[in-house]
Amino acid sequence: MRLKLPEFLLRPWRTLSSPSRYLSLGFLTLGGFAAGVLFWGGFNTALEATNKENFCVTCHEMNTNVYEELKQTIHFTNRSGVRATCPDCHVPHEWTDKIARKMQASKEVWGKIFGTINTRDKFIAMRRELAEHEWARLKANNSLECRNCHSAESMDITKQGARAARVHEAYLFTGQRTCIDCHKGIAHQLPNMEGVPPGWSETASGKGTIGHWLAGAEE
Amino acid sequence: MRAYHLAVLAALPCLIPALLSAQGPDGPRIDSPFRSPIQFTDEATPPPIPADVTDDRRVARNYPEQPPVIPHNVRDYQLNLNTNRCLTCHSRQYTEAVQAPMISITHYVDRDGQTLGAISPRRYFCMQCHIPQTVAQPLVPNTFHDIDSMISRPSDGGAAK
Repeated sequence: MRLKLPEFLLRPWRTLSSPSRYLSLGFLTLGGFAAGVLFWGGFNTALEATNKENFCVTCHEMNTNVYEELKQTIHFTNRSGVRATCPDCHVPHEWTDKIARKMQASKEVWGKIFGTINTRDKFIAMRRELAEHEWARLKANNSLECRNCHSAESMDITKQGARAARVHEAYLFTGQRTCIDCHKGIAHQLPNMEGVPPGWSETASGKGTIGHWLAGAEE
Repeated sequence: MRAYHLAVLAALPCLIPALLSAQGPDGPRIDSPFRSPIQFTDEATPPPIPADVTDDRRVARNYPEQPPVIPHNVRDYQLNLNTNRCLTCHSRQYTEAVQAPMISITHYVDRDGQTLGAISPRRYFCMQCHIPQTVAQPLVPNTFHDIDSMISRPSDGGAAK
Protein backbone atom coordinates (compact mmCIF):
# COMPACT_ATOMS: atom_id res chain seq x y z
CA MET A 1 0.00 0.00 0.00
CA ARG A 2 1.40 3.33 -1.05
CA LEU A 3 1.79 6.01 1.56
CA LYS A 4 -0.51 8.93 0.75
CA LEU A 5 1.24 12.26 1.28
CA PRO A 6 -0.88 15.08 2.70
CA GLU A 7 -2.23 17.60 0.25
CA PHE A 8 -0.23 20.58 1.62
CA LEU A 9 2.98 18.75 0.64
CA LEU A 10 1.80 17.47 -2.70
CA ARG A 11 0.56 20.76 -4.07
CA PRO A 12 3.90 22.68 -3.95
CA TRP A 13 5.70 19.64 -5.33
CA ARG A 14 3.35 19.48 -8.32
CA THR A 15 3.88 23.17 -8.94
CA LEU A 16 7.66 22.78 -8.83
CA SER A 17 7.84 19.64 -10.95
CA SER A 18 5.46 20.71 -13.75
CA PRO A 19 6.56 23.01 -16.62
CA SER A 20 5.99 26.68 -16.20
CA ARG A 21 2.58 27.71 -17.57
CA TYR A 22 2.72 31.54 -17.70
CA LEU A 23 6.39 32.63 -17.33
CA SER A 24 8.90 32.12 -20.12
CA LEU A 25 11.99 29.98 -19.73
CA GLY A 26 14.12 33.03 -20.50
CA PHE A 27 12.53 35.07 -17.73
CA LEU A 28 12.97 32.24 -15.24
CA THR A 29 16.62 31.53 -16.05
CA LEU A 30 17.78 35.15 -16.44
CA GLY A 31 15.56 36.36 -13.62
CA GLY A 32 16.82 33.56 -11.42
CA PHE A 33 20.38 34.50 -12.27
CA ALA A 34 19.78 38.18 -11.49
CA ALA A 35 17.99 37.33 -8.25
CA GLY A 36 20.88 35.03 -7.33
CA VAL A 37 23.42 37.79 -7.89
CA LEU A 38 21.33 40.14 -5.74
CA PHE A 39 20.85 37.71 -2.88
CA TRP A 40 24.38 36.35 -2.82
CA GLY A 41 25.88 39.80 -3.22
CA GLY A 42 23.65 41.15 -0.48
CA PHE A 43 24.56 38.30 1.82
CA ASN A 44 28.27 38.76 1.28
CA THR A 45 28.02 42.53 1.66
CA ALA A 46 26.21 42.11 4.97
CA LEU A 47 28.80 39.54 6.03
CA GLU A 48 31.64 41.86 5.12
CA ALA A 49 29.99 44.74 6.98
CA THR A 50 29.94 42.69 10.18
CA ASN A 51 33.59 41.83 9.61
CA LYS A 52 34.91 45.36 10.04
CA GLU A 53 36.39 47.00 13.08
CA ASN A 54 33.82 49.80 12.90
CA PHE A 55 31.11 47.22 13.42
CA CYS A 56 32.93 45.57 16.35
CA VAL A 57 33.41 48.80 18.27
CA THR A 58 29.79 49.89 17.93
CA CYS A 59 29.23 47.75 21.03
CA HIS A 60 30.53 49.56 24.08
CA GLU A 61 31.71 46.23 25.48
CA MET A 62 34.34 46.17 22.74
CA ASN A 63 34.88 49.90 22.39
CA THR A 64 35.62 50.77 26.01
CA ASN A 65 37.46 47.60 27.00
CA VAL A 66 39.45 45.66 24.48
CA TYR A 67 39.67 48.33 21.78
CA GLU A 68 41.14 50.89 24.19
CA GLU A 69 43.71 48.31 25.25
CA LEU A 70 44.58 47.47 21.67
CA LYS A 71 45.37 51.13 20.93
CA GLN A 72 48.35 51.00 23.28
CA THR A 73 49.98 47.98 21.72
CA ILE A 74 52.28 47.47 18.76
CA HIS A 75 49.44 45.94 16.76
CA PHE A 76 47.79 49.38 16.67
CA THR A 77 50.60 51.92 16.87
CA ASN A 78 54.05 51.28 15.41
CA ARG A 79 56.73 52.81 13.20
CA SER A 80 55.38 51.64 9.83
CA GLY A 81 51.69 52.29 10.42
CA VAL A 82 50.54 48.84 9.38
CA ARG A 83 48.02 47.64 11.91
CA ALA A 84 45.77 44.74 12.73
CA THR A 85 42.03 45.28 13.05
CA CYS A 86 39.75 43.12 15.22
CA PRO A 87 38.72 40.59 12.51
CA ASP A 88 42.32 40.11 11.35
CA CYS A 89 42.98 38.13 14.52
CA HIS A 90 39.54 37.08 15.71
CA VAL A 91 37.81 35.89 12.51
CA PRO A 92 39.27 33.21 10.22
CA HIS A 93 39.94 34.44 6.69
CA GLU A 94 38.90 31.18 4.96
CA TRP A 95 35.25 31.28 3.94
CA THR A 96 34.12 28.00 5.57
CA ASP A 97 35.88 28.72 8.86
CA LYS A 98 34.60 32.27 8.74
CA ILE A 99 30.97 31.12 8.44
CA ALA A 100 31.52 28.65 11.29
CA ARG A 101 32.94 31.42 13.47
CA LYS A 102 30.08 33.74 12.51
CA MET A 103 27.59 31.12 13.65
CA GLN A 104 29.46 30.76 16.93
CA ALA A 105 29.23 34.52 17.29
CA SER A 106 25.46 34.26 17.67
CA LYS A 107 26.30 33.39 21.29
CA GLU A 108 27.90 36.81 21.52
CA VAL A 109 24.67 38.42 20.31
CA TRP A 110 22.92 36.59 23.15
CA GLY A 111 25.52 37.98 25.56
CA LYS A 112 25.00 41.47 24.20
CA ILE A 113 21.20 41.29 24.59
CA PHE A 114 21.35 40.00 28.15
CA GLY A 115 24.31 42.19 29.19
CA THR A 116 26.76 39.43 30.13
CA ILE A 117 29.72 41.81 30.12
CA ASN A 118 28.00 45.19 30.00
CA THR A 119 30.11 46.66 32.82
CA ARG A 120 33.86 46.78 33.26
CA ASP A 121 33.65 44.66 36.42
CA LYS A 122 31.63 41.96 34.70
CA PHE A 123 34.09 41.97 31.83
CA ILE A 124 37.13 41.62 34.09
CA ALA A 125 35.44 38.85 36.04
CA MET A 126 34.89 36.91 32.80
CA ARG A 127 38.19 37.80 31.20
CA ARG A 128 40.03 34.56 32.02
CA GLU A 129 37.23 32.46 30.51
CA LEU A 130 37.00 34.60 27.38
CA ALA A 131 40.76 34.58 26.96
CA GLU A 132 40.90 30.81 27.32
CA HIS A 133 38.40 30.48 24.48
CA GLU A 134 40.68 32.49 22.21
CA TRP A 135 43.83 30.64 23.33
CA ALA A 136 42.10 27.31 22.68
CA ARG A 137 40.92 28.45 19.24
CA LEU A 138 44.37 29.67 18.18
CA LYS A 139 46.03 26.60 19.64
CA ALA A 140 43.66 24.35 17.68
CA ASN A 141 44.30 26.04 14.32
CA ASN A 142 48.07 26.40 14.88
CA SER A 143 47.83 30.18 15.34
CA LEU A 144 46.43 30.61 11.83
CA GLU A 145 45.39 34.22 12.34
CA CYS A 146 48.91 35.14 13.49
CA ARG A 147 50.42 33.35 10.52
CA ASN A 148 48.19 35.18 8.05
CA CYS A 149 50.70 38.01 8.50
CA HIS A 150 53.68 36.51 10.35
CA SER A 151 55.05 33.58 8.37
CA ALA A 152 57.86 31.48 9.77
CA GLU A 153 59.37 31.18 6.26
CA SER A 154 59.72 34.95 5.89
CA MET A 155 61.03 35.42 9.40
CA ASP A 156 64.65 36.60 9.29
CA ILE A 157 65.91 35.72 12.74
CA THR A 158 69.18 37.57 12.16
CA LYS A 159 67.08 40.74 12.33
CA GLN A 160 65.61 39.69 15.67
CA GLY A 161 67.01 40.15 19.10
CA ALA A 162 69.28 37.36 20.29
CA ARG A 163 66.66 36.16 22.76
CA ALA A 164 63.85 36.06 20.23
CA ALA A 165 66.03 34.36 17.59
CA ARG A 166 67.11 31.62 19.99
CA VAL A 167 63.60 30.86 21.20
CA HIS A 168 62.06 30.94 17.70
CA GLU A 169 64.73 28.59 16.41
CA ALA A 170 64.26 26.15 19.27
CA TYR A 171 60.48 26.12 19.48
CA LEU A 172 58.78 27.70 16.47
CA PHE A 173 60.84 26.30 13.59
CA THR A 174 60.82 22.82 15.10
CA GLY A 175 57.05 22.96 15.43
CA GLN A 176 57.19 22.22 19.15
CA ARG A 177 55.14 25.29 19.97
CA THR A 178 52.80 27.62 18.15
CA CYS A 179 52.64 31.42 18.35
CA ILE A 180 49.93 31.67 21.00
CA ASP A 181 51.84 29.44 23.44
CA CYS A 182 54.27 32.28 24.17
CA HIS A 183 52.59 35.36 22.70
CA LYS A 184 49.55 35.69 24.93
CA GLY A 185 48.24 39.14 25.67
CA ILE A 186 50.07 40.80 22.78
CA ALA A 187 47.07 42.95 21.85
CA HIS A 188 45.03 43.11 25.05
CA GLN A 189 45.64 43.05 28.76
CA LEU A 190 45.94 39.63 30.31
CA PRO A 191 43.56 38.05 32.82
CA ASN A 192 44.84 36.56 36.05
CA MET A 193 47.56 34.25 34.73
CA GLU A 194 47.79 32.02 37.79
CA GLY A 195 48.51 28.47 36.66
CA VAL A 196 49.31 29.45 33.07
CA PRO A 197 53.01 28.68 32.52
CA PRO A 198 54.89 30.54 29.76
CA GLY A 199 55.08 28.72 26.46
CA TRP A 200 58.78 27.87 26.77
CA SER A 201 58.43 26.13 30.13
CA GLU A 202 58.58 22.36 30.39
CA THR A 203 55.13 22.13 31.96
CA ALA A 204 53.71 23.83 28.88
CA SER A 205 54.86 20.99 26.60
CA GLY A 206 51.84 18.81 27.49
CA LYS A 207 49.12 18.07 24.97
CA GLY A 208 46.03 20.17 24.51
CA THR A 209 45.69 23.80 25.33
CA ILE A 210 48.64 25.33 27.10
CA GLY A 211 47.69 25.86 30.69
CA HIS A 212 44.62 23.69 30.36
CA TRP A 213 43.77 21.68 33.47
CA LEU A 214 44.09 18.45 31.47
CA ALA A 215 47.68 19.19 30.52
CA GLY A 216 48.96 18.39 34.00
CA ALA A 217 46.64 15.47 34.68
CA GLU A 218 48.07 13.20 31.99
CA GLU A 219 51.50 12.91 33.55
CA MET B 1 36.31 107.16 36.23
CA ARG B 2 34.93 103.88 37.46
CA ALA B 3 34.49 102.61 33.93
CA TYR B 4 38.04 103.70 33.09
CA HIS B 5 39.47 101.67 35.99
CA LEU B 6 37.52 98.63 34.93
CA ALA B 7 38.86 98.93 31.38
CA VAL B 8 42.45 99.06 32.68
CA LEU B 9 41.84 96.01 34.84
CA ALA B 10 40.36 94.12 31.89
CA ALA B 11 43.35 94.95 29.70
CA LEU B 12 45.93 93.81 32.29
CA PRO B 13 45.93 90.08 31.44
CA CYS B 14 46.68 91.01 27.82
CA LEU B 15 49.25 93.63 28.66
CA ILE B 16 51.45 91.68 31.08
CA PRO B 17 52.66 88.95 28.70
CA ALA B 18 53.17 91.63 26.04
CA LEU B 19 55.33 93.65 28.44
CA LEU B 20 57.30 90.56 29.46
CA SER B 21 58.01 89.48 25.93
CA ALA B 22 58.98 93.05 25.03
CA GLN B 23 61.88 92.81 27.45
CA GLY B 24 63.92 91.03 24.80
CA PRO B 25 66.82 88.61 25.28
CA ASP B 26 67.96 90.27 28.50
CA GLY B 27 64.74 89.40 30.29
CA PRO B 28 64.33 86.81 33.04
CA ARG B 29 65.51 83.34 32.13
CA ILE B 30 64.73 80.05 33.69
CA ASP B 31 67.93 78.65 35.09
CA SER B 32 67.36 74.94 35.35
CA PRO B 33 69.58 71.98 34.52
CA PHE B 34 66.59 70.23 32.99
CA ARG B 35 65.90 72.69 30.20
CA SER B 36 67.82 74.89 27.85
CA PRO B 37 68.16 78.58 28.81
CA ILE B 38 65.21 80.24 27.09
CA GLN B 39 62.60 82.84 27.92
CA PHE B 40 59.78 81.29 29.86
CA THR B 41 57.37 82.73 27.35
CA ASP B 42 59.06 80.82 24.53
CA GLU B 43 58.43 77.26 23.65
CA ALA B 44 61.51 75.10 23.36
CA THR B 45 61.62 72.45 20.66
CA PRO B 46 61.89 69.17 22.49
CA PRO B 47 64.81 66.96 21.51
CA PRO B 48 63.94 63.78 19.61
CA ILE B 49 63.02 60.81 21.80
CA PRO B 50 66.17 58.70 22.09
CA ALA B 51 66.17 55.10 20.92
CA ASP B 52 66.07 52.21 23.36
CA VAL B 53 69.17 50.14 24.03
CA THR B 54 68.14 46.61 23.10
CA ASP B 55 71.45 44.89 22.37
CA ASP B 56 70.96 42.17 25.04
CA ARG B 57 74.40 42.84 26.50
CA ARG B 58 74.64 42.97 30.26
CA VAL B 59 75.89 46.29 31.61
CA ALA B 60 78.36 46.40 34.50
CA ARG B 61 76.98 47.83 37.71
CA ASN B 62 78.48 51.10 38.90
CA TYR B 63 78.27 49.97 42.52
CA PRO B 64 77.45 46.55 43.94
CA GLU B 65 73.97 47.45 45.14
CA GLN B 66 72.87 48.97 41.84
CA PRO B 67 69.84 47.20 40.36
CA PRO B 68 71.04 45.83 37.00
CA VAL B 69 69.58 47.74 34.06
CA ILE B 70 67.41 46.04 31.43
CA PRO B 71 69.28 45.57 28.11
CA HIS B 72 66.26 44.48 26.07
CA ASN B 73 62.99 45.84 24.73
CA VAL B 74 60.17 45.95 27.26
CA ARG B 75 57.44 47.49 25.16
CA ASP B 76 53.96 46.13 26.01
CA TYR B 77 55.36 43.97 28.82
CA GLN B 78 52.52 43.57 31.26
CA LEU B 79 53.50 43.93 34.88
CA ASN B 80 50.47 44.09 37.14
CA LEU B 81 48.54 42.05 39.68
CA ASN B 82 47.33 39.64 37.00
CA THR B 83 50.63 38.80 35.38
CA ASN B 84 54.34 39.54 35.51
CA ARG B 85 56.03 39.23 32.14
CA CYS B 86 59.53 39.62 33.60
CA LEU B 87 59.12 36.56 35.82
CA THR B 88 58.18 34.34 32.87
CA CYS B 89 61.90 34.36 32.03
CA HIS B 90 63.77 35.55 35.11
CA SER B 91 62.12 33.47 37.83
CA ARG B 92 64.01 30.39 38.98
CA GLN B 93 62.00 27.71 37.20
CA TYR B 94 61.99 29.34 33.74
CA THR B 95 65.60 30.46 33.35
CA GLU B 96 66.84 27.33 31.63
CA ALA B 97 64.77 27.49 28.46
CA VAL B 98 65.44 31.16 27.77
CA GLN B 99 68.89 31.46 29.41
CA ALA B 100 67.86 34.56 31.32
CA PRO B 101 69.68 35.57 34.52
CA MET B 102 67.73 34.48 37.56
CA ILE B 103 66.49 37.16 39.92
CA SER B 104 68.66 37.47 43.01
CA ILE B 105 67.77 35.28 45.98
CA THR B 106 67.42 38.48 48.01
CA HIS B 107 64.15 38.92 46.11
CA TYR B 108 62.72 35.83 47.83
CA VAL B 109 63.21 37.32 51.30
CA ASP B 110 60.40 39.28 52.86
CA ARG B 111 60.90 42.24 55.16
CA ASP B 112 61.02 40.00 58.25
CA GLY B 113 63.96 38.06 56.87
CA GLN B 114 61.87 35.02 56.00
CA THR B 115 62.83 33.28 52.76
CA LEU B 116 59.74 32.52 50.70
CA GLY B 117 59.12 29.95 47.98
CA ALA B 118 58.44 32.59 45.37
CA ILE B 119 59.23 36.24 44.86
CA SER B 120 58.49 38.47 47.83
CA PRO B 121 55.55 40.83 47.27
CA ARG B 122 57.72 43.86 48.00
CA ARG B 123 59.99 42.88 45.09
CA TYR B 124 57.19 42.05 42.66
CA PHE B 125 57.15 45.24 40.59
CA CYS B 126 60.49 44.82 38.82
CA MET B 127 60.57 48.14 37.02
CA GLN B 128 60.44 50.14 40.22
CA CYS B 129 64.21 49.50 40.36
CA HIS B 130 65.29 47.84 37.10
CA ILE B 131 64.89 50.13 34.13
CA PRO B 132 65.64 49.99 30.41
CA GLN B 133 68.23 52.36 28.99
CA THR B 134 68.20 54.76 26.04
CA VAL B 135 71.01 56.29 24.02
CA ALA B 136 70.26 59.75 25.49
CA GLN B 137 73.30 61.82 26.40
CA PRO B 138 73.48 63.07 30.02
CA LEU B 139 72.19 66.63 30.44
CA VAL B 140 74.77 67.39 33.12
CA PRO B 141 78.26 65.88 33.43
CA ASN B 142 78.51 63.02 35.89
CA THR B 143 81.47 62.99 38.27
CA PHE B 144 80.76 59.63 39.85
CA HIS B 145 83.77 57.39 40.50
CA ASP B 146 83.33 53.77 41.38
CA ILE B 147 85.07 52.13 44.33
CA ASP B 148 87.96 50.72 42.28
CA SER B 149 89.00 54.08 40.90
CA MET B 150 88.72 55.59 44.39
CA ILE B 151 91.06 52.95 45.85
CA SER B 152 93.63 53.18 43.07
CA ARG B 153 93.67 56.99 43.21
CA PRO B 154 97.07 58.31 44.44
CA SER B 155 96.94 59.48 48.03
CA ASP B 156 97.47 63.12 48.89
CA GLY B 157 99.57 62.05 51.89
CA GLY B 158 97.06 63.24 54.45
CA ALA B 159 97.38 66.90 53.35
CA ALA B 160 93.64 67.49 53.19
CA LYS B 161 92.50 67.46 56.79
